[in-house]
Amino acid sequence: MTVVADEANRPTSGAPGGRAKSAPVMGRDTEPTVFELSSPGRHAFSFRTTGLPEWDSAELIPDEWRRDEPLDVAEVSERDLVAHVTRLSARQYSVDLGAYPLGSCTMKYNPKLCDEAAALPGLTRTHPATPPAYAQGWLELLWSLADSLCAVTGMHAATLQPPAGAAGELTGLLLMRAWHAAQGRERTKVIIPDSAHGTNPASVTLGGYQTVTVPSDRRGLVDLDALRERLDEDVAGIMLTNPNTLGLFETDITEIAKAVHEVDGLLYYDGANLNAILGVTRPGDMGFDIVHLNLHKTFAVPHGGGGPGAGPVAVSERLAEFLPGPMPVRHEDGTFSWEVPSRSIGRVHSWYGNALALARAWSYILANGGDGLRRVAEGAVLNANWLRDRLRGTYDLPFDVPNMHEFVASTSNLKKTSGLRALDVAKRLLEEGFHAPTVYFPLIVEEALMIEPTETESPQTVAALADALIAIAGGNGADASLAPRSTPVGRVDEARAARVLIPTWDAAPK
Amino acid sequence: MGHFVPHTDEELASMLADLGLSSLEDLFSTVPEALRLAQGLDLPDGLAEADVADVMAGLAQRNRTGSDLVCFAGAGAYDHDTPAATRALAGRSEFVTAYTPYQPEVAQGVLQALFEYQTLVARLAGLEVANASLYDGASAAVEAVNLAAAATGRQPIWVSGGIHPHWREVLATYAKGTGHQLVTAPLRDGQTDWSALEDTASANPPAALLVSSPNYLGCFEHLDAARVVADRHGALLLAGFDPVASGVAHTPGHFGADVAVGEGQPFGTPIAFGGPYLGLFACRREHVRRLPGRLVGRTLDTEGRTAYVTTLRAREQDIRREKASSNVCTNQTLIAVTCMIQLSWLGTQGLAELALRCARGTRYARQALLAIPGVTPLVEAPVLREFALHLPLDPCVVVERMAEEGFLAGVPLALRDGEVLDPTAEADGLLIAVTERRTRTEIDAFVAALEKVIR
Repeated sequence: MTVVADEANRPTSGAPGGRAKSAPVMGRDTEPTVFELSSPGRHAFSFRTTGLPEWDSAELIPDEWRRDEPLDVAEVSERDLVAHVTRLSARQYSVDLGAYPLGSCTMKYNPKLCDEAAALPGLTRTHPATPPAYAQGWLELLWSLADSLCAVTGMHAATLQPPAGAAGELTGLLLMRAWHAAQGRERTKVIIPDSAHGTNPASVTLGGYQTVTVPSDRRGLVDLDALRERLDEDVAGIMLTNPNTLGLFETDITEIAKAVHEVDGLLYYDGANLNAILGVTRPGDMGFDIVHLNLHKTFAVPHGGGGPGAGPVAVSERLAEFLPGPMPVRHEDGTFSWEVPSRSIGRVHSWYGNALALARAWSYILANGGDGLRRVAEGAVLNANWLRDRLRGTYDLPFDVPNMHEFVASTSNLKKTSGLRALDVAKRLLEEGFHAPTVYFPLIVEEALMIEPTETESPQTVAALADALIAIAGGNGADASLAPRSTPVGRVDEARAARVLIPTWDAAPK
Repeated sequence: MGHFVPHTDEELASMLADLGLSSLEDLFSTVPEALRLAQGLDLPDGLAEADVADVMAGLAQRNRTGSDLVCFAGAGAYDHDTPAATRALAGRSEFVTAYTPYQPEVAQGVLQALFEYQTLVARLAGLEVANASLYDGASAAVEAVNLAAAATGRQPIWVSGGIHPHWREVLATYAKGTGHQLVTAPLRDGQTDWSALEDTASANPPAALLVSSPNYLGCFEHLDAARVVADRHGALLLAGFDPVASGVAHTPGHFGADVAVGEGQPFGTPIAFGGPYLGLFACRREHVRRLPGRLVGRTLDTEGRTAYVTTLRAREQDIRREKASSNVCTNQTLIAVTCMIQLSWLGTQGLAELALRCARGTRYARQALLAIPGVTPLVEAPVLREFALHLPLDPCVVVERMAEEGFLAGVPLALRDGEVLDPTAEADGLLIAVTERRTRTEIDAFVAALEKVIR
C-alpha cells in the first residue's frame, strides 16, 4: 500500500491521551473516554470468511432507509480497548475485591463454579425458539430450578420469567389483580409497611392499585392494630418483607396472615431478605400466597454492577393457573415441554427470563443442597448479630434486639456530638477499603446505616469491619466530610450532575 | 455442604458464646416455633464442585446448538460472533461482582462504562439521551408506552401489527395494571397501515404510535409517514429498532421518533435461550425527566476532577415511591457494559460492515430459497437481515424436519388480519434470519436441505 507521509499523521503522545499506560489507575488522573482514545481509521474488528457476494449497501438497501455516512462509534485498536476497559475495571469496587455490607442487597461471594456453569456453550448457544425436543437440557434446568424454589419457599408453582425483583413484584401484583377479578371482586388498595423498599409502592401504582402505608410499631414490626384498622373490602393484599428491612422477623406474621385472609386479601412476600430464613422457615408456612425471590441476592447470581438479576415468582396452588406462560412442564416419561397456564396473565419477558442467571442459581443450589442453604442462613444471621453486638455503645441501635441477616444502626447521637452523619461514615469506610453499608434507609430511622455482612465473610473480616466502623465513629464530621481521599475520585458532586445534565459524551462541553 | 460459609466449628462456637447463645438454632429465637422447619428443606444434599460441573455439562449436552443445529432463527435473538476480547473484558469480576453504583467514588469503572454505553445507544437511536439499560426489548417498549401515556395524559396506544408478538403480549400483560388501551394497526403487505385507526382518533386520540423498523417480518417501515400520523393527532412516535441496522440504515431519530426502543442482544451477548438480553431505551432530551430507570451523568468531584454518577435520581422509585413513573431498580448493567465493549471493538467501520454482511447473507439466502418451486415471499416489502417465506408445507413441520438435517430453520409465524401472532396452532410462514456468522457453504446446504424436506 502507498501512504503519503504527512506531518498531521505523525504520532504524538498528546491528545487524545494515554493509550496503554497505567498511570490513571495508580493515581487519581482521569481515564479518557473511548471516544477520546479514537483515531480515524483504526479498528479492532475481524469478520469470518463467508464466500458470499460482496454487494454494496446501495444494492441492498432502498434509498429511503440507507444512510450515506457510517454511524460514528469509536475507532480503537483491540489493545487500546483492552487497556481502557481494564483501567476502568481498576476504578471499581467489587465483591471479589472485598466485603460489601450493603443492607438488603445480600452481596455475598459469587462462586466461580457458577460462572463456568453459565458459560457452557450448550447453554449459551441455544436459540430461545429451538423446538423443545432439542432444548431438553434447558427445559429440565428451568423446571428443576422452579421446583426447588417452590421447595425453598413452600409454594406450589413458580414462573422464572421476571428479570429482576421489581419485575417480580409487578408480576405478583398482576397475579393478585387476576385472582381477585376471577373471584368477581374489584379491589383498589395494597398495604405496605413504612419500612418497605421503594420498588414496592412504585410497583403497586403500576399494578393499578393505591398504596396504603401501615406504620411500624415500637418494636420495628408491623403495627397489628394499625393494620387491622386499614383492612377492609377494598384491600387486595399486603406486601411484606420478612425479615423486614430493619432485619427483624415479623413475629406476628401468622396473625397478620389471618387478618388479611379474613378480608379475602392476599399476602405478597418480597424476597429481598430471604437469605435469612433459608431452611429455617418458609413464606408458604407463614401464610404467604405470592413470593418473589431475588436470585441475585439469595442465590449468588452476581449483581453485574446493577444487573442482570432474576426475580422468579412462586405462588400457592390457587394462584398457579394465573402464572405467566409459557412454563416448563415435566411429563411422566421424563421429557419436558412448554405449557401456558389456563388463565395466564401473559408473558412478562421477551422469552423465558434471564436464562443464564437462572443457570447460575441452579448450579448454586446444586452445590449447596438443602443442608448448605440452611448453613447460609445460619452464617448470615450469626455474622450480622455478632457485628451488631460489637457496635453497641458506639453507634445507636434503635432496635437492639436479636436480628436476622442485617441490622440498622444510626449516627443520630454521633451527629449531635461530633457532627458525624451516616453519609460521612459511608465515605470514610470507603477509605478503609470496605464498601459502605446502605445509608438513609429504611426511611423510618434517622441517619440510618443498614448493614448486612452476609455469610461468606469470615469472622476476621467481620471483626475488621467492626474495628473500622468503631474507629470511624471516633473521628469527627468536619474531617469525615473530606472523605474519601484514597479512592479514584473524591466525593462526587451529585447536585451538579443534575443541575448541569451531561448524559452522553456528545452532550459534554469540549 | 456449606462450601461457601467459611466459619470453622471453633469460630462458630466462639461467636455464639460472644452472643450468649449455645447453638445455631438459638439464632432464630424470634421465628415462632410453629413456623420453623423441623426436617429442613426437601432438597438433596449439596454436591462437590466437580459433581455440579458434571450435572451442568449433562444438561448443556441435551441442547442441540452450534454446528449441530446451524442457526437461521432470529426473531429478536441473533446468532452473532463474539470476539475473545469482549468475552474477556465483560467477564472481569470487577464488573461482574459489583453492585449498583450507589457509592460513585468506588464505582467509576461501571459508571464511566455506562456513560460510554449511553452515548453509543443515543447515537444508534439518533436521539439525545439514553438510559443505562432496561431488561429487554419488550420491557423497553413497556416503559416507552408508559412515558407516552404520562406525557400526553392519554391512554390509547396505537401498536403496529408488526411489533414482535412477544413484545405485544408483554405490553398487554402490563396494560392490565396501567389501563393503557392497546389498539392494533394492521400490516398491509409487510408494512403498517395506520388508516384503519383514523376513525377512532377524534373521539379517542392516541398517546403514541409504536412501530418497529425493521419490524418482526424483517421489513423496513415508513417511519416518516408514521411521524405525520403522530403529529396529526398530537401523539408521540415510539420506534422499535434493530441497533445493527443503524450501521447502514437511518436511525429512528432521523425519521423524527420521540423514543426509540430495541433489543441490544446482538452486541456481544449470546442467544442463551433468551436471556439475559438488553433493553435499549433512548429519547429526546425534552423527555429526560420521565426517563425510566437509571441515568449516568458526568460531573466533578470536590477537587474538580471528572467523575460520573447516577443522576436525576428524583425520578426513581427509591425516592418517589408510589409516584415514580417506573419501578425499575436492578437493570442489565453488565450486558450494557458488554454492549459498550463490543461496539467499541466493532468501531465505526465494523458496525457498518456487520450490518452489510447480515444484509448480504440475507439477500443471498432469500434469493436462493425463492428459487425453490413452491416457496414464495410472505410479504414483499424491503428487508435487511430477516425475511418471511410462505412454504408449501406447515412451517412447524419444516422446522422439525430441518432439525433432523442439522439446521434451526427459523421461527414459524402466523399472520392474522395483518397482525403477526405467536403461532400456537397454525403457522403461515417461516421467519428466517442470516447473520454475519453464516457462510455461503452453510447457506447452500440450508437451501438444499429445505428443498429436500418440502419436496
